[in-house]
Amino acid sequence: MTEVSLRNVIKRYGTQQAVHGIDLEIENGEFVVLVGPSGCGKSTTLRMIAGLEAISDGEVSIGGRVVNDLPPRERNISMVFQNYALYPHMTVRENLGFSLTIAKRPEDEIVRAVDEAAGILGLDELMDRKPAALSGGQRQRVAMGRAIVRHPDVFLFDEPLSNLDAKLRSQMRVEIKKLHQKVDSTIIYVTHDQVEAMTLADRIVLMRDGRIEQVGTPLQLFEQPVNIFVAGFIGSPPMNQLAGTVEGDAISLGEVYVPIPSSVRGQLSNGQKVIFGFRADNLTPVGHGLREKGETTQLDLRVHLTEPLGTETLLFATLAGAEIQGKMLNPRPVAPGEDLTFNLMLDRCHVFDAATGNAIGRT
Amino acid sequence: MDRNRTHRNRRRVLAWMHFFGLFIVMAIICIPGLWIVLNSFRPTVEIMAKPPVWVPSFTLDHYRAMFGGAGEGGVPVFHYFRNSLVVSVTSTVIAILIGMSGGYAFARYKFRFKGGIFVGLMLFRAVPGVALSLPLFIVFARVGIIDTHFGLILVYVAMNVPFTVWLTDGFFRQIPGELHEAAEIDGCTRWQAFWKVEFPVARSGVASAAIFAFLTSWNEFALASQLTRSTGSKTMPVGLLDFTAEFTINWGGMCALAVLMILPALILTFIVQKHLIAGLTFGGVKG
Repeated sequence: MTEVSLRNVIKRYGTQQAVHGIDLEIENGEFVVLVGPSGCGKSTTLRMIAGLEAISDGEVSIGGRVVNDLPPRERNISMVFQNYALYPHMTVRENLGFSLTIAKRPEDEIVRAVDEAAGILGLDELMDRKPAALSGGQRQRVAMGRAIVRHPDVFLFDEPLSNLDAKLRSQMRVEIKKLHQKVDSTIIYVTHDQVEAMTLADRIVLMRDGRIEQVGTPLQLFEQPVNIFVAGFIGSPPMNQLAGTVEGDAISLGEVYVPIPSSVRGQLSNGQKVIFGFRADNLTPVGHGLREKGETTQLDLRVHLTEPLGTETLLFATLAGAEIQGKMLNPRPVAPGEDLTFNLMLDRCHVFDAATGNAIGRT
Repeated sequence: MDRNRTHRNRRRVLAWMHFFGLFIVMAIICIPGLWIVLNSFRPTVEIMAKPPVWVPSFTLDHYRAMFGGAGEGGVPVFHYFRNSLVVSVTSTVIAILIGMSGGYAFARYKFRFKGGIFVGLMLFRAVPGVALSLPLFIVFARVGIIDTHFGLILVYVAMNVPFTVWLTDGFFRQIPGELHEAAEIDGCTRWQAFWKVEFPVARSGVASAAIFAFLTSWNEFALASQLTRSTGSKTMPVGLLDFTAEFTINWGGMCALAVLMILPALILTFIVQKHLIAGLTFGGVKG
């Protein structure tokens, strides 16, 4: 049983406060991703869980045991670092077995555990090499192997993929996911890449400026962002956001009017300043979207740029002075400058209060 | 075709000029050393000859005399050698231990007046050692550690620590902090993380610092000549003075002792050289 819980965890550097009271319960075997822009305190939070950073206030417990004052070695955790932090003077085998050697385990047990980890990660060929003789992806795998050898209660990953190129990154993403299915341990993973967060996480913790903005499954964050920041951070391309004003039963976006989506009807007051948001997936040329049922409204837009992505194409247009993106499946090429009628799926749109940035109708 | 040939010729000429330049530089560096070795095997007449005799007639007289009795121009070589060895090795080991700890602290920890202390250590290096010889002489005489191994070791440690701090600080700085963090998560104490991970990775740096400290102590003359006077504490450089008399200098004997002095330093440098080749170790983190 190794749930991890953080209660009002605070980090101060001198007078500067970097993390402002994080509350988080992580269940046994859960894959939690801390994500946010750089400087949001996600790495600091992870390092406090690891014991590499002192906890200024609050409480961190692992498996029901408060670990605030325990050194890293007594927390039974493993960590994979962004720059791998392999021991350069040891071979891969020695790197993998280091933690067990330090723990003075019997030789045959070490060999067995190391071989098992090497087998899981496909490192058998590399056992006698030094880290300097390995490629980036191989080093990454050794770092992961070193983490799994000791069967820790919790795995911590600190941006483990950000030094890899795009192709390798998506490969390793799959391997990490497989690894989680195999070892079934609790994993806390830090990244600034929302794609990694979406694809890996059971639950995403989205942070900004040392505070948690939203916690939820990837789909929850994608479909029901609690504020503009979450809406803009999660999802690629980012959500289209247009400033507007409530006028009667429509939202005025400058010269264009869209009906108020039924989900927020009655929760807006006349003249209220709002931000109207929708994802590219929900703005499609009539007849070319995946899903056309439900509550829709039609917009006539001139496409001035297209970005073909294979199975679908991104369409760039201007609406009420702002550049927005729509999407279509690929029935035919669209030439820039073409005028098209788009369906906007109102039931998938988001309305945020312009003053607070909070989502309306989703509390 | 023609252009290829001229190009090739020019490259060959450049290569030769390069070689010749190197030869000149190496000659300037090596000839004095070579001359010392040659002189130690020459009869005194040949050493003093003008113009110099290039092809020596080989003799071991100077060595025989040096190891001989006191009356026949002999000096207590073994005593001097032992003194030099004891003083240099001990002071190097101590300076490395202190200096490495200091370098590590400067590289890894934050503390008050860090920059000031560091600059202070470097400034200390700027003081010429000879300027300290008289104060040291007086203090040591009062305390009663003049003419002892201990006194000399103390001085050499003080001379070598700042340099060792500076050198090892640079090496530890190159090692990313994640290495000791990874070791701590793998179950090490802070102490174990240093000895099992950071020290081995920085050992080329520590080795070069040790070589420098050793050679400084081994070759030091100015202070040793003031602070030692008896056979029980004189080091080899000071021992060279035994060959000067009121009106004569026994050049041959001096050269013979100098050769004995150079040899151990040379051998040691060769042994440690392989550790000096850094780079071998860096690659555990993304480079």
